[in-house]
Amino acid sequence: MEHFLTEVLADHYNYWAYIALMMIGLYAMIAKNNLVKKIIGMNIFQTAIILFYVSIGFKKNATIPILDAHGAHGHEVVAHAVDYINPLPHVLMLTAIVVSVATLGVALALVLKIYREHGTLEEDDILNQLSE
Amino acid sequence: MRILGLLSCALLGALLIAIAADFPEWGDAHSPASEHLSPYFIEHTMEDTSVPNIVTSVLADYRGYDTMFETIVVFCAGIACFFLLGSYACAEPEERFYRSVETGVVLRFTGDARPRPDSPCFERIDPRWTPRDIIISMVGRIMVPFIQIYALYVVAHGHHSPGGGFQGGVILGAAFILLALSSNLRTMTRCIDHKVLGVLSALGVMIYAGVGVTCMVMGSNFLDYAALHTILGVSPVAARSLGILFVEVGVAMTVMATMVVIYNNVASAGRYEEGL
Repeated sequence: MEHFLTEVLADHYNYWAYIALMMIGLYAMIAKNNLVKKIIGMNIFQTAIILFYVSIGFKKNATIPILDAHGAHGHEVVAHAVDYINPLPHVLMLTAIVVSVATLGVALALVLKIYREHGTLEEDDILNQLSE
Repeated sequence: MRILGLLSCALLGALLIAIAADFPEWGDAHSPASEHLSPYFIEHTMEDTSVPNIVTSVLADYRGYDTMFETIVVFCAGIACFFLLGSYACAEPEERFYRSVETGVVLRFTGDARPRPDSPCFERIDPRWTPRDIIISMVGRIMVPFIQIYALYVVAHGHHSPGGGFQGGVILGAAFILLALSSNLRTMTRCIDHKVLGVLSALGVMIYAGVGVTCMVMGSNFLDYAALHTILGVSPVAARSLGILFVEVGVAMTVMATMVVIYNNVASAGRYEEGL
């Protein structure tokens, strides 16, 4: 039990939070009937992935990935990789956030179009209308 | 369906949690993700590009190709929104309403009659028009220039502090969206036209790709900004820093225009009238 608390839970509880968020999003996408709720589920899912990536880049006792240029007066800045957190996940998620906003816009446009066509956003009502 | 979904999600979650025990510890400096590429980026960004913000140098230089296509994805999303909902050739409705700014009297026009388009006394309104709150619209109007200045700072200062094209572009777009929210969509359209937005979002992608093609013309690889040093008259390292700035400006333009295009189309369902 003590091993579980100190080794497994204390070092991995962040992953558990993302998995919980991811499953909430996935459940909303699978089970919810309303299309807007499905889109909200998709966004929760994306947020979980973004949090997961950013947390992978974190290092203990390290600072943000911007080099401290003030220390160097005339001589080279020596940067050690352990002093700065991993910039790569930040770069990937920076673009992913903007792209997720853009895809959200497209999804909302599609939903608006569907509402104009069918007068409802409930999935089974739309399916009934389509099968008639 | 609901039970099945819940069960499969719970099962998948339990599996992932079981797998997560093998993941690197939180904050481990020697996790696999931090071992291979990122030490190179951290240790060489100064000598390669003279950009202290590693995120910016990786975004626009080391991974410039990836970022170009992310920008194109954003551009395509804006285009898709426009094609799904909007059109520039909106038919003028038979009845048009104009409100006198000073007295609040609303006039109804039919046929071809209308007040002079540049008349300061009348503003065009829509049938769904609601009186707007004076405090909100005035505060929004005062905030907009400051937000825009801040956005330009974020774009231009992305080399030395957190920021860059994507962040600055989103803030710049938010300034326009604030204007549309605090007054209405027509007020914003008077400041920046839909066609201008369309051109800006394409122009941003063109700037990005154009910088890359210029590098090729100068006899180097696509998006290898060091090749620009003969045009710019600086050292190759400074040329890479400047090339990053050009590219970030392009990204900011595309992101700003796309955010506003998406807002315009979704908020007004493609009719560009009152908006929310």
